[in-house]
Amino acid sequence: MSTDIASRVTKKADIRNKRKLDGKGQFWLVFRYIALSILFVIAALPIYIMVINSVKGITGVSQSAAFIPPTKLDFEAWGPTWDQLKVPMGRTLFFVVQSSLISAVIGAINGFVFAKWRFKGSTVIFTTFLFGMFIPYQAIMIPLTMFNQWAGIGGSIYVLVFAHVIYGIPICTLIFRNYYAAIPNELIEAARVDGAGMVRIFRTIFLPLSIPGFVVVLIWQFTSAWNDFLFAIFLTGGSPDLAVATTALNFITGSGNQVYYGNNMTASLIVSIPTLLVYLFLGRYFLRGLLSGSLKG
Amino acid sequence: MKVKKNRVHSPWGGFFFVLPSILAMAVFVYGMIGYTVRESLTNRTNAWETEIKFVGLTNYRDLLVDPEFTHALSNLLKFTIVFMIGCLLSGLIMSLLLEKGIKGEGFFRSTYLYPMAISFIAMGTSWRWLMDSAKDADATGLNYLLQKVGLGALQSDWYTSEAGSMYAMALPAIWQMAGYVMALFLAGFRGIPDDLREAARVDGATEFKIYRHILFPQLSPTFLTVLIILGHISMKVFDLIFGIATKSYVTKVLAIYMWQVIFDFQNYAAGAAIAIVILLMIAVAVIPYLIYVNKTEEANK
Repeated sequence: MSTDIASRVTKKADIRNKRKLDGKGQFWLVFRYIALSILFVIAALPIYIMVINSVKGITGVSQSAAFIPPTKLDFEAWGPTWDQLKVPMGRTLFFVVQSSLISAVIGAINGFVFAKWRFKGSTVIFTTFLFGMFIPYQAIMIPLTMFNQWAGIGGSIYVLVFAHVIYGIPICTLIFRNYYAAIPNELIEAARVDGAGMVRIFRTIFLPLSIPGFVVVLIWQFTSAWNDFLFAIFLTGGSPDLAVATTALNFITGSGNQVYYGNNMTASLIVSIPTLLVYLFLGRYFLRGLLSGSLKG
Repeated sequence: MKVKKNRVHSPWGGFFFVLPSILAMAVFVYGMIGYTVRESLTNRTNAWETEIKFVGLTNYRDLLVDPEFTHALSNLLKFTIVFMIGCLLSGLIMSLLLEKGIKGEGFFRSTYLYPMAISFIAMGTSWRWLMDSAKDADATGLNYLLQKVGLGALQSDWYTSEAGSMYAMALPAIWQMAGYVMALFLAGFRGIPDDLREAARVDGATEFKIYRHILFPQLSPTFLTVLIILGHISMKVFDLIFGIATKSYVTKVLAIYMWQVIFDFQNYAAGAAIAIVILLMIAVAVIPYLIYVNKTEEANK
């Protein structure tokens, strides 16, 4: 379903715009371009502000020129900002890679079962999983903190691996279930006739076909864990030894520090670069993950 | 043949492979929700307290008469209304502009969607600066821009004044989510067979009528999905507001207030009660939705 939906979004419009445009048609075409361009400016404005003001030095951001690109590039703010961020960003990378990989493996197994190896009550159980996607994490945060202390992972970065793996189960299962649902049952029937068991069918037939599914889940988990702030601030208790990219950024840009916009914009940009690069190069897969969260098209 | 099939295809085999996840969901989603409910009925003030008493619904009753809570709740509702209408309209407009296909579509689509890839703590920096409340000669950000285009009269306090704060706070939220709504609507539009449209055209229907009577009715499942997604995101909004205004009174919503109650006021039980209120507001919409999705999927099988 998800692959299906995403390809609908990106599908080339075929016959609809092939007809020759009359005067009215041309007017509407121009109108659409103008409207799309205005929306483009609005969408791009916040990141534009960030980029141009990050190359004006630490104190060189003047009010009246803030919307105007600098005449010469000044990376003065980048060095010290990077020094502040490199350790937290490394920490984020460390936990995000682990949590995404574990999530993808769990998602693939669950997705396969819910799509192709159903058991009595599996639909109901799957639906109860889905509810986990919608819950506000505030509703589990207090016992989760206590659990982490009890389990001995409170106070280590593994609390975040744990949280993202557990609360990523619903979405990762859903993405893989939709992905596998699109694979024809005949493949399974044929393999079964040959005497293959379900585990072997999963391993030898479904897994090799799963690379796009893995890319979608990995990107999804990577982006949401990288950008996560709520788990990070609750579970690491704001401890500097456990600062991750978003909490460190919040510390730098926190309201007491508003004067140094050059510094703040640079820090925000640096933290955004990894997810922006992923979006830039693998946007299609990101879109799939995004749309699979919608359950129905 | 039948016999062989049954031998290799144990009907319960699948269950054992998802059992770990079932247990995880049972403990960490449902169990912990249950635990939070339980905590909300006690007088616990911090995590390590050992002598706690059950006090029934006292915490919930206290919330009802707590002016900070009702303030946060009404802020949240204002925010939700503007955010949902704004996202729906802008996402719908974007998808209408794109759905017939246009040169450069991929470029526009990608630009409208990129905000979803960035953390709100990061974008908050830009938005805080854009929505700076200084006016006239001191103006920066949007207020400065408004003056430059001759709309100086529209300069605003943005999220810093009591009256308009939540409406201003909805702007960055709309900015972030509108592209997502666009993608959902685009998927909806493009799932409608072209023949429907062509047939109506042949019958002489105007483009407006085609949208009104043929395309929009087909999109009602998409509308429902969009409402559910936007609604539940809005109810738990936290990063966005924390990233721009931290714990400022005028922009306080339930999730922010809960944070404050737990860590600043050291009242775990009341924090748990607020969390359960957020959960209930989401559940009343999401549970019927999930049942509906489940039923339609069963019917399509």
